[in-house]
Amino acid sequence: MIEINHVSKWYGSTFQALKDCTTKVAKGEVVVVCGPSGSGKSTLIKCVNALEPIQEGDIILDGIKVNDPKTDLPKLRARVGMVFQHFELFPHLKIIENLCLAQEKVLGRSHDEAMAKGAKLLDRVGLKVHANKYPAELSGGQQQRVAIARALAMDPIAMLFDEPTSALDPEMISEVLDVMVDLAREGMTMMVVTHEMGFARKVAHRVIFMDQGEIVEDAQKDDFFGKPRSDRAQKFLSKILSH
Amino acid sequence: MFATFDFDVIRRSLGYLFLDGMAFTLTLTALSALGGIIFGTLIALMRLSGFKVLGRIAGLYVDFMRSLPLVLVIFWFYFLVPYVGQWLTGASRPISVGAFTSALVTFIMFEAAYFSEIMRAGIQSISKGQPAAANALGMTYAQTMRYVVLPQAFRNMLPVLLTQTIVLFQDTSLVYVLSMPDFLGAASKVAQRDGRLVEMYLFAAVVYFTISCVASFGVRRLQARISIVR
Repeated sequence: MIEINHVSKWYGSTFQALKDCTTKVAKGEVVVVCGPSGSGKSTLIKCVNALEPIQEGDIILDGIKVNDPKTDLPKLRARVGMVFQHFELFPHLKIIENLCLAQEKVLGRSHDEAMAKGAKLLDRVGLKVHANKYPAELSGGQQQRVAIARALAMDPIAMLFDEPTSALDPEMISEVLDVMVDLAREGMTMMVVTHEMGFARKVAHRVIFMDQGEIVEDAQKDDFFGKPRSDRAQKFLSKILSH
Repeated sequence: MFATFDFDVIRRSLGYLFLDGMAFTLTLTALSALGGIIFGTLIALMRLSGFKVLGRIAGLYVDFMRSLPLVLVIFWFYFLVPYVGQWLTGASRPISVGAFTSALVTFIMFEAAYFSEIMRAGIQSISKGQPAAANALGMTYAQTMRYVVLPQAFRNMLPVLLTQTIVLFQDTSLVYVLSMPDFLGAASKVAQRDGRLVEMYLFAAVVYFTISCVASFGVRRLQARISIVR
């Protein structure tokens, strides 16, 4: 589903954000990407739908080469859902309008169809009563659930999560993770950048550990938590699991 | 000291002053602001686009317009455009452009330079995550701008845009150099005809002051309301 082959990326001419990264995410697989801040994990996931350009290597999404200049990027991106650290709901639109906008303008669905789909997904994330509010009226956890619903409204073939719970107050994290766990159990293909190791333990198939722009470890979940091979991954795990 | 003044001249000419003069001024203001904001937004998008050449052209345009006195631009535009039109179309004589059209185009072009800077600041005030989210949903650049970035930028900048429009409202009086019948022009005509210069110019000043003042007050209230919602 997602293939990342020898990808390197530089910011400017000096700083190398990604160094020869290679991995893949199969259909229905849930892959968690973790690592210290500045390790390039967010950059990597943003390269998957070309929000960030890459300089070397290939990224292939459902058989389509993302970094080919001839690729119709809007069309490709419409098929992959993305959830951001800071939610990025459109603050000038009501919740339901947030869900309908791209359905209508990008997929060309009728307003009624989009509204029906939007209402169904809002109900799914437990926020149907907030349909006519504005994003600023909702809590962070609620906004992030709306953001997930907004991405799902496009009927994506895969979902990308870029630190979806990092900007949340602790008591709101689980409500967002619950939605993601449900999604994973339904068989959604997911690539998730997160520090939530509990989430990784529960639903991930594989865990990728990144440090300084490199994929240091790419292992089955049980192997990763059981006996990480690299020192750096061991250190990282001991730091975030110790409390 | 007011004994020698005849303020009745104002009452007698009210119809002409407002129904003709003020109507003209407001029409010119509204159309110029509308055109200026649209054209200004395009210039702002050019400046913010990734294309260096486009940005450079837009930047030069803005600097050029802001370095000239408005009254000169109005004047030159009115007298030059017929000849430029003749040259462009290869006509045998200068093309006649109505004074109103000429003034309107001048104001749109001139004000666009100012509106573009306001819109540029407004667009830059939107966090990068917003267009990224719109792109991630599959929206094109045009859709992202139209449905996500510009509505927010416009809303954030509304008070400043309106303030600039109040300045524009006052600036429209400069069309007197083309002897056009705007409010000041109308007042001036009556003043000359009846020899009541002090009364008419005093009245014109009071009218401009009152309208601008009330409008500014309205903008401040709007600003307060917007800041609560955000």
